[in-house]
Amino acid sequence: MPAGPALAKAARLGFTHTEFSKRARANPCGPGELVPLSHLNPKHLESVDAIVAGLGEVGYIASRRIATALFMAIKLQKPILVEGFAGVGKTELALATAALFDLPLIRMQCYEGLDESKALYEWKYGKQLLYTQILKDRMSEALAGEGSLDAAMNKLHGMGDMFFSEPFLEPRPLLKAMREDNGCVLLIDEIDKSDEAFEAYLLEVLSAFQITIPEIGTMTAKTPPLVFLTSNNVRDLGDALKRRCIHLHIPLPDPQLEMRIVATRVPNIEASLNEQLVRFVQALRTADLRKPPSISETVDWARALILLHANALEPTMVRETLNVLLKFEQDIAAVEPQIGKLMDAKPRAVKA
Amino acid sequence: MTTAADGAMQRTLENFLRALKAVEVQITPAEAIDAHRAVAEIGYADRELLRDSLCATLAKSAVEVEHFDHCFDNFFARQEFSASETLESAGDADDDDSGGSPLAAMILSGDATGLAHAMEVAAAKVEATNIRAATQRRPFTRRILDAMGIDAVEKRIADLHRRGGERDGDLADRLAKGRKALMDDASRFVDRQYDLYAKENGRRTREDLLADKNMTGERIDPDDFQMMKSLVRRMAKRLAAKYSRQQKRSRKGVLDVRRTLRKSMGYGGIPFEMVWKTETIEKPKLVVLCDVSKSVAAAAHFLLLFLYSLNEVVESMHAYAFSGRCVPVDDILDESNVEVAIKSVLDRIGYQQTDYGRSLEDFCLEHLSDLDRRTTVFILGDARSNHADPRLDLIRAIQKRSRAIIWLNPEPESFWGSGDSVMKVYARFTAVTKQCGTLGQLERIIEDVLRTYLPR
Repeated sequence: MPAGPALAKAARLGFTHTEFSKRARANPCGPGELVPLSHLNPKHLESVDAIVAGLGEVGYIASRRIATALFMAIKLQKPILVEGFAGVGKTELALATAALFDLPLIRMQCYEGLDESKALYEWKYGKQLLYTQILKDRMSEALAGEGSLDAAMNKLHGMGDMFFSEPFLEPRPLLKAMREDNGCVLLIDEIDKSDEAFEAYLLEVLSAFQITIPEIGTMTAKTPPLVFLTSNNVRDLGDALKRRCIHLHIPLPDPQLEMRIVATRVPNIEASLNEQLVRFVQALRTADLRKPPSISETVDWARALILLHANALEPTMVRETLNVLLKFEQDIAAVEPQIGKLMDAKPRAVKA
Repeated sequence: MTTAADGAMQRTLENFLRALKAVEVQITPAEAIDAHRAVAEIGYADRELLRDSLCATLAKSAVEVEHFDHCFDNFFARQEFSASETLESAGDADDDDSGGSPLAAMILSGDATGLAHAMEVAAAKVEATNIRAATQRRPFTRRILDAMGIDAVEKRIADLHRRGGERDGDLADRLAKGRKALMDDASRFVDRQYDLYAKENGRRTREDLLADKNMTGERIDPDDFQMMKSLVRRMAKRLAAKYSRQQKRSRKGVLDVRRTLRKSMGYGGIPFEMVWKTETIEKPKLVVLCDVSKSVAAAAHFLLLFLYSLNEVVESMHAYAFSGRCVPVDDILDESNVEVAIKSVLDRIGYQQTDYGRSLEDFCLEHLSDLDRRTTVFILGDARSNHADPRLDLIRAIQKRSRAIIWLNPEPESFWGSGDSVMKVYARFTAVTKQCGTLGQLERIIEDVLRTYLPR
């Protein structure tokens, strides 16, 4: 999806990381008694309508169902699993939410073969190696005063064990999100592309907002992050994962909503052209296509038409720009002869 | 809100959860708790809000959302009470007119809310939510009306007729009309309960029956075909999701030097932790040959339906149909919807005399080189070759080039080898030969095959 104001704002916020706290050992709150996202601007949390309006301000036109899911996710402190066709605005919702609540956004793209060392944490091997070397050099010095081996060992036990400790921890997105003291938006993109085993790592993060590192202990988020998971339904997700989430399915929008979205995303479009092109796209979706155009394609097309200084849809122009809307050769071939018909099929398409 | 009202609301919500379960929206106790928490957060005042929040917490897939919406509309539908509508204008009723029957009083005064409430109470009393079968609808209607006190109304009507005054006659008419409307309402009410709590049970039972129905005997009737379509698609998708993804497993005993060295960094270069090499389990590549000849005419629809669904979900698959000759049907399956595809395959090649030898020859001439050691060849057919040469040399060639041949035969095992069947001869070259006449069998076999039978 093209970068809107939401994206720009989220990018500006960046990934700021606080210094590591001693949270692992002195955990202020156990699982189940998390500090609520109290610092979120309460103006946007009053009601579902307030969320709709707030998202509108940052350039995301949400249906009530979307806003309600977000509302419930914040109130119940649960992750949201967002499903829907490619390009209906799943990822954009997370970006817009981050912008709305002024939270940093941490994004993790899933893929086949993603494992915990890329998603949770990794040890800084190089530094650990240097540490052992320093240790070797210093060891004889430190233990010089001890007469017997036993005494030396006792002294050794008395020293702090630094090797597996927080300074040597390289945080990956999930751990980063847990360490954001003021909360953040954690976007786990295309979870369905990851392996089944990876889902299991997520369960602890998603239900208790904590990560267990065997060598150190359990780290709990001071403020639970607002988690978005997106899925294109490449495979069915496990029930355990689904159960922990609020489910949101974003359908293709109805004409009115789509017109508002286009108007927001492409501010200098004329109302009549907007109406015409949304009608055309809606009619196109009823046709039997491999990949029906979704919202992002509509917006791209609107932008393309603006660049071409179009004031109204004309068959030739539609034919020339069809590749913006349709991504398969066969689809384009199937639609081309019907362009005239689709442009005429106005009244019924609008009702649908 | 008072505790009593809270209790009533909680019961309503629990009833709704039961109705959801009946339409196959799975609800675990944890989800039920979430639903209650959600409701506690937002209350019952705003219908849209209630609906959207419950949907967010309870429905976990696009299909479930659809079921949820339908169920919510049904459950929280405000039933229009025609009993009160017909009598709306008649507001002047006193105790004497109703003859002491509260129900009659409500009918006469056109008290819709009262009637609706009375019906809910009566329904709760006779436990109408326990309805299970369509045949129970009439008895339940009757029991609800009885519990509402329809007897008293009937008696009152009879009394009024006996008294015979003009006003009495008028009252009796109004009561009779109201009673009639009330009966309709009750019947509609029970229908709704049936829709909510029992209808899906019926469908599920039918689906279960269908899965075990032998598809080779008679033609599939169109109703069953519709249901089978969704059943097969679900099945194929489940299988594909489970097996088409690339998987890895560790090969014990082969050291992954690179990763072991990297791990050893943490220990000053001493390899404390071994890392073993993993091997990738390849995605299955399928070649499916489907018999559509006269002898399997009845099963052909069913086999093609499965072929079509498999083609939708498995990435690397090539499909061929044969009877007298063998033709690739990938294009047809890719480009048309299921009914059209099945019809055009059958039009093109179906219902001819089977000739297995000739079909194998066609296949081998053009496509034998497509087979490699990762390809599994499925042959769906009855191996009845009309006494023509079965061309064992060709099936041996296929066996040699591919990973395995799996033969699924719609005929029961006792028929194999009888008459012109060469199943037993072909079976020498297959890794698995199984009977497969029902959807249930088909699913089990394919799952078994993908999991265990294949030589690696």
